[in-house]
Amino acid sequence: MSVAPLAEPEVLVPASEEEAIAAFGDGTGVTVLGGGTILMPELAAGRLKPEKTILLARAGLDEWRDEGGTTRIGAAVSVGALVDAPEPLASAARHVADYEVRSQGTLGGNLCAGPGRGFPRGDLQAPLIALDAYVRSAGAGGERTEPVERFLSTSPGNRLVVQVEFETRDRLGGWAALERPHAHSYTALSVAATISPSGSDLRVACSGAGPYAVRLRSVEQGGLDGDPGEALRDVHLTDDALASAWYRERMLPVLVGRVLSQLKEAG
Amino acid sequence: MSLIINGAEYELASPPLTSLLNVLREEVGLLSPKAGCQQGGCGTCTVLIDGEPRRACLTPLGAIEGAAITTVEGLGDPRNLSPVQAAFHEHYAAQCGFCTPGMMMAATGLLARRPDATRDDVLEALAGHFCRCTGYVKIVDAVLSAAAGRVDTTRPEPEAEPGEPSVVIPGSPA
Ligand SMILES: Cc1cc2nc3c(=O)[nH]c(=O)nc-3n(C[C@H](O)[C@H](O)[C@H](O)COP(=O)(O)OP(=O)(O)OC[C@H]3O[C@@H](n4cnc5c(N)ncnc54)[C@H](O)[C@@H]3O)c2cc1C
Ligand code: FES
Ligand code: FES
Repeated sequence: MSVAPLAEPEVLVPASEEEAIAAFGDGTGVTVLGGGTILMPELAAGRLKPEKTILLARAGLDEWRDEGGTTRIGAAVSVGALVDAPEPLASAARHVADYEVRSQGTLGGNLCAGPGRGFPRGDLQAPLIALDAYVRSAGAGGERTEPVERFLSTSPGNRLVVQVEFETRDRLGGWAALERPHAHSYTALSVAATISPSGSDLRVACSGAGPYAVRLRSVEQGGLDGDPGEALRDVHLTDDALASAWYRERMLPVLVGRVLSQLKEAG
Repeated sequence: MSLIINGAEYELASPPLTSLLNVLREEVGLLSPKAGCQQGGCGTCTVLIDGEPRRACLTPLGAIEGAAITTVEGLGDPRNLSPVQAAFHEHYAAQCGFCTPGMMMAATGLLARRPDATRDDVLEALAGHFCRCTGYVKIVDAVLSAAAGRVDTTRPEPEAEPGEPSVVIPGSPA
């Protein structure tokens, strides 16, 4: 009897965006590794055994350009670099993990982080919704560009995120979160918002009230003087390892209220 | 795959998804980066990758082809310590020592990018490093004194190399 050798897992290190998109194909059986801050422990512990892995470190997706009124940030730009981004993205980035992990984790990885073992991750998602950001991704059906909130509600697990873009408008930003007991604790709940200087077009979102960030349309409709408690209409709170639904129900209106006050004071 | 580790070039055979931590400890035999939590949470595996402090346990070898890695073994030698090593020694900033390699590499990275680091800078730079022994005060003091240049990095030659004890204790096992 002959024994076939076990196939070596395939690891690709594309050298350009085009190579990364081609290597990803329709995404079947592909694991994308950005900074690896979430994936590496899974690989090291043997909980994840990918057949084909794409390392994005050399794919040139770490460019950040401000051109013609649009900010374009590559999926492999580090969370640490985003502390210089417009608010509320900068504040959220400053509160992710510690200096080293922040410098290694990427924007794409944060968007696709998904829920951890029993709690939500991805603190940059709400600020990106508040900035009306769009995600350019590749995968089955080719490339497409769509609002972050639509991307999060449909496909974060099976697309290759290439870039995030938003209009570099003169918007005011606000951000508030439950304090983390330590740099390595995830934020149990955070709220991000932006508004135009004229006081129109309020956009509000929260991270930590579900597997991915959600837009708080009821708060937006109420405007800056609306009832922060309206936020509870847009979320389905559950208990998890970080906080109970009971606690989040009480804290979400408080955080929304703080962010609306920040915007009023800045305006 | 190749890496420059503490100034020397290494050709490595580990598969590309192997963590840099395992490459350093198991293939290269450098034991200063410790295998703690192996999930980014304790900081003791921190090394410099192209001069920047990074978690070796979170870094796959395949992502850093050709990079320059510095570990504690590459900082100084026993007679001529680096300023951070000397400051840790002078301030008694280690007890069991398990967190010390990561603390020293994070501090070295901080002083390279911000030589006039303030106390807040030090707290921020070490925020991801766990020490279960010292209470952090002496570690922070050590980094601040290295930043201020208040350290003597030279150490005297030991009088004699440690060897077998010459004292015979009656009744002790041979
Ligand atoms: C100690 C510690 C503390 C942390 N604290 C926080 C925190 O406070 N807040 C927070 O939000 N996060 C936190 N994280 C999680 C993590 O560091 C961040 O979410 C980071 O942004 C993830 O990015 P990454 O590139 O490292 O992800 P990876 O580990 O590379 O990937 C994560 C997921 O995203 C997918 N992915 C990565 N890049 C892409 C892409 N371009 N396209 C498609 N899919 C992709 C991967 O396949 C995987 O499913 C922490 C992590 C650690 C280790
Ligand atoms: S072993 Fe890498 S951070 Fe704990
Ligand atoms: S000296 Fe023991 S953990 Fe820091």
